[in-house]
Amino acid sequence: MTTDVTESSAPGAQEPVTDVLRAEHISKSFGAVTALTDVNIRLAPGEVLGLIGDNGAGKSTLLKILCGFQPPDTGRILLHGEEVTLKSVDNARSLGIDVVYQDLALVNELSIYHNMYLNREIRRGPLLNNRKMRRLAKEHLAEMGVRVQSVDVEVAKLSGGQRQGIAVARSVYSDAKILLLDEPLAAMGAKEGALILGLVKDLKARGDVSVIIIAHNYAQVLEVCDRVNLLQHGEITYDKASADTSLDELTEMVVQEYRAALQARQSGG
Amino acid sequence: MLGRGGAAFLRQREASVFIVAIVLVLYFGFISSASTSFLTKLNIINVSQATAPFAIIAVGEVLLLVCGEIDLSVGYVWALSPFLMYFFITDYHIPVFVAIVLAVLCGAIIGLVNGFLVVRLKVPSFIATLGSAFIINGFMLTISQAQAKSLPPQSVGLGKWFGAFSWAEIIWAIVIVAIFHVVFTRTRWGLHTVATGGNMIGASEAGISIAKIKFGNFMLTSTLGAVAGILEAFRTNSIDPSAGGFTPMFYAVAAAVIGGTALAGGSGTVLGALLGMLVLAILQDGFNLLGISSNPFLIILGVAIIAAMVANVYLTRLRRAGRS
Repeated sequence: MTTDVTESSAPGAQEPVTDVLRAEHISKSFGAVTALTDVNIRLAPGEVLGLIGDNGAGKSTLLKILCGFQPPDTGRILLHGEEVTLKSVDNARSLGIDVVYQDLALVNELSIYHNMYLNREIRRGPLLNNRKMRRLAKEHLAEMGVRVQSVDVEVAKLSGGQRQGIAVARSVYSDAKILLLDEPLAAMGAKEGALILGLVKDLKARGDVSVIIIAHNYAQVLEVCDRVNLLQHGEITYDKASADTSLDELTEMVVQEYRAALQARQSGG
Repeated sequence: MLGRGGAAFLRQREASVFIVAIVLVLYFGFISSASTSFLTKLNIINVSQATAPFAIIAVGEVLLLVCGEIDLSVGYVWALSPFLMYFFITDYHIPVFVAIVLAVLCGAIIGLVNGFLVVRLKVPSFIATLGSAFIINGFMLTISQAQAKSLPPQSVGLGKWFGAFSWAEIIWAIVIVAIFHVVFTRTRWGLHTVATGGNMIGASEAGISIAKIKFGNFMLTSTLGAVAGILEAFRTNSIDPSAGGFTPMFYAVAAAVIGGTALAGGSGTVLGALLGMLVLAILQDGFNLLGISSNPFLIILGVAIIAAMVANVYLTRLRRAGRS
């Protein structure tokens, strides 16, 4: 146990604020492919953690484990200091962990408000309470500053930023306390990206939601995240507060990784 | 006010097929040379009986199509179920009502097997249900020795409720359509069926059980196939090994598509399927009254299906454009 990342709760040591989420020694393989070898990660209350790393480093795999979509091969997950087994996405959600996937899990054919309440529909008896869902969806989107013409519109017609906003609002208003965002800024223009960053900042200002955000744009990561973790070869190899690092440092580390890979390739023939 | 109401009506998915049905009723009822006989009680019963059993299985096909699947075997469940009822009554001396319930339950089990093939063994539904169609047909021909049976005498009394009474079938169809229209548009089951067909990965990521939805809709379709078969047996007063088959299934799928259900999944309407089947039945009946034989009718049917599909594509586009 030498990983400095996870040693804050040794017996006798002064107990800091309990992390809302902790994952220790997580590993995961798919057949012959090892996605994660030994991941240790923690998330403090109200914190926004940026998770960066090369394509195929295992970021999405880690997220899918943390949201209950798939179980880890080894390791354990602690919620508010207590060990939990995330049996399914529903189970994780009931514990307050929610994920916004890269593909957003929105259904184009359904209206905005049906998407916002997908699989947690408000009902009156056996029937859907469309009126209430419509009203609440409208309120929630307005509060989060996501502008849409009407919540009756099919999601197919929305822009990428609006879709992301709806997916995030859906999670936040489902009482998620831990939000996992899988590349929310991918394939998004500067203006749309700013909308999402604003959304994350608003979440931070609320203080009751902790966020892990996967991103590639380091400038944007430093802009909204309190702390940055780098995932390399299935392990967290770097953990620093945003204030203690810089764009240059982050870039340099990734460049090093490329150089190493290039060298390995050349020497390996 | 009228303009707004009209626009709201036209936005309904069922609007186009409803208008077609009205136009056909007006044409055959008042304009064409068939007008003397079209709106008679007898003929309306004919049209209702030519609509009802197909509309019942179309309900199942709509939900299956919307969640991205199809059931080709439902017409053979239709043929099998009255034989099961017959043997339950005559060979096992089971009371008539219980025998009917058991035969319908057997339909549900066939749907369970179809669901298993598609969901668990990952066989595309087109192939899985094609295979089960032949198996069910072979099973039915074997147990019946390909011989028609007459209804057991003790079933005649109850038979009135199940199709022997002239209006029974259409009442069953309307009740079933009404129930599943509500299920489809106003319950989680309907919403999750749309989500499954619209974005299967997304739906499962949202925690929806794709397997449950697909199993359920396969079971529903086969169950309705069994119901339709029993209704038809009581209406025709015979249990016929040549009943059902692929034809009713294709009519049901055609009715679904004409009514506004997308073959590719993600959207559809139960009510539209009933109207779609009504349109097909009116066409068939009307041309019959005009003295046009059933042979060229097939040409009309084909044209109607294609025209409906084209209209659907364009209306959907209009609807989308109108709401942005």
